[in-house]
Amino acid sequence: MTGTMAAPGAQVRTRTPLLEARDVSKYFGAVVALEGVSLSVSAGEVVCLLGDNGAGKSTLIKILSGVFEPDSGVLAVNGETVRFGSPRDALDAGVATVYQDLAVMPLMSVSRNFFLGNEPTIGWGPFKRFDSLTAAVKSKEEMHRIGIEIRDTDQAVGTLSGGERQTLAIARAEHFGARVLILDEPTSALGVKESAIVLRHVIAARNRGLGVIFITHSVQHALPIGDTFTILSRGRHGGTFRRAELDADQLHRLMGGGEEFAELERELATLVETPFGVDDDAAPETAGTPSGS
Amino acid sequence: MATTPADSSEESAPARLRQVSLIQRLLARPAAGAAIIVIFVWLVFAAISITSNSFVFLGLKGTLSYLDVAAQVGIIGTSVALLMIAGEFDLSVGSLVGFAGIVIGILVVEFNVPIWLAIIISMAATTGLGVINGLIVVRTGLPSFIVTLATLFIIRGMTQAITAEITNITYIPMGRERVAADPIAWMFNWSGGPTGDFKVSIIWWVVMAVIGAYILGRTRFGNWIAGVGGSASAARNVGVPVARVKITLFAFTAFSASLLATIQSMTFFSADVLRGRGIELDAITTAVIGGTILAGGYGSVVGAAIGALALGMARIGIVFASINADWYFASIGTLLLVSVVLNNWIRRRFAGIR
Repeated sequence: MTGTMAAPGAQVRTRTPLLEARDVSKYFGAVVALEGVSLSVSAGEVVCLLGDNGAGKSTLIKILSGVFEPDSGVLAVNGETVRFGSPRDALDAGVATVYQDLAVMPLMSVSRNFFLGNEPTIGWGPFKRFDSLTAAVKSKEEMHRIGIEIRDTDQAVGTLSGGERQTLAIARAEHFGARVLILDEPTSALGVKESAIVLRHVIAARNRGLGVIFITHSVQHALPIGDTFTILSRGRHGGTFRRAELDADQLHRLMGGGEEFAELERELATLVETPFGVDDDAAPETAGTPSGS
Repeated sequence: MATTPADSSEESAPARLRQVSLIQRLLARPAAGAAIIVIFVWLVFAAISITSNSFVFLGLKGTLSYLDVAAQVGIIGTSVALLMIAGEFDLSVGSLVGFAGIVIGILVVEFNVPIWLAIIISMAATTGLGVINGLIVVRTGLPSFIVTLATLFIIRGMTQAITAEITNITYIPMGRERVAADPIAWMFNWSGGPTGDFKVSIIWWVVMAVIGAYILGRTRFGNWIAGVGGSASAARNVGVPVARVKITLFAFTAFSASLLATIQSMTFFSADVLRGRGIELDAITTAVIGGTILAGGYGSVVGAAIGALALGMARIGIVFASINADWYFASIGTLLLVSVVLNNWIRRRFAGIR
């Protein structure tokens, strides 16, 4: 897979990466989920992690976010080796993960969602209570900052659109001190305009100096925002490339299944050629719509 | 509501929201449906009283008697609602009421333990069983419906078996004088007021509901409860101690069972293995009437209290109206169904939640 492009090690890094995985492997019994994969993200950089279903993307994210520990290989934060025993460890190290479906509670209000797990409190001892006023004011500010205007922060998150929910989750992670954002397929369930909201916000986060790992299988979404692209294929490293090094077609091919996709395209093309209701004589009815009926 | 995608490609497009009236905002609260239901139930029985020329239901005596019935369900209903908002069930709560009462009875009668000490031991032991319920649910990852169905049988069965073993009967009288002489028994069996019908259970109910509503609405823990019920994995991702929240709520539910058991055993001067039978379903009913959704993540303690009030009114109202009490279950079933439909409609229409 890597043979077609320049060697992955070609890029020279001057900054210490915020988060780095070196040569990590993970096995589930006899199954090789991930073998010898490396990935790093620096401040102000969007790293797109691409791969087909089953390529090992989820496993790698779970290692980076502290859900799994790798069987071999190490993680490093700011160049120092770390061990993430739990998602909390990763959060404390400034690594926040936003999962596609598991980001927010649709039935809870915007402000309660925003501060879930990090609730501001007021008072002390048994009278220490949730500071709903601060929560409302701050979450409204944050929502305004990311371009979502809401009437009041008591409204349920379920009333926001899919893109707005993802954006809320991203803004929340950033607000609570994330330096590295891991976004797990944030756009895969969204329409075009909704995706645009999220992508715009990803760029904004990058420009504020965050490191972003953007997981997707959409080349369309990856190409405009990625600084580097790491490809996973069947649990193995399929190469890391800078943006200038490749275009959409190459990226498609590298994602694995490029050959199969080309074949599928040909097969579909021949199927499309066969119009409805026509069997053997194959009357060419492709362009003209029959006038009258 | 927000089914259409973004309005235009403009940045910061104006929000597609409109101003809403106070009534609409009140209706957006989870307890709104329950409030409508309880007013409806009251009106029905008030109308029956007036047309049949018997005004007991409308008077102080009638009111206090349905408040007592509501209180008994409501004490359990508060904790069950919190547990359901966290996405879990406790079907064993009724068997815990029986267990807690029998622990008091056996300690007092067979082991001559002072009543106040027996109450404390019983509450601690029952709460401990709640912790075990929670631990099993959290550790095995099994649905709490199944786990607590199993512990319902285990606790009820063991309570009956051990009671029969020790006392040869399933009913343990403690003696009126002995209960009256205890320094703390009055806290659970006092009654007074102008007609003597004001039961202390009503105060316990209000205390439990106020504590429950405060926890849910005003504390960090309350936010965690709703978060855990909304999505346990998402809550875990933002650092909420999911297991601790669930175990605490199972313990609180068990504690409320022991509180009800203490009130009943001090009021009747006795313990009975069969007490609390069916109250698990009553409690779930009050929570659901009160706007709590079965899947968790959304609900109201105030709603559950109003739901308990509706249940108490229906049970006593039917008696006062001289209707065959068998109709009680049919009416509760109808009430439950109507309120779920109403709550769903209100939630979609006014809270904008699909």
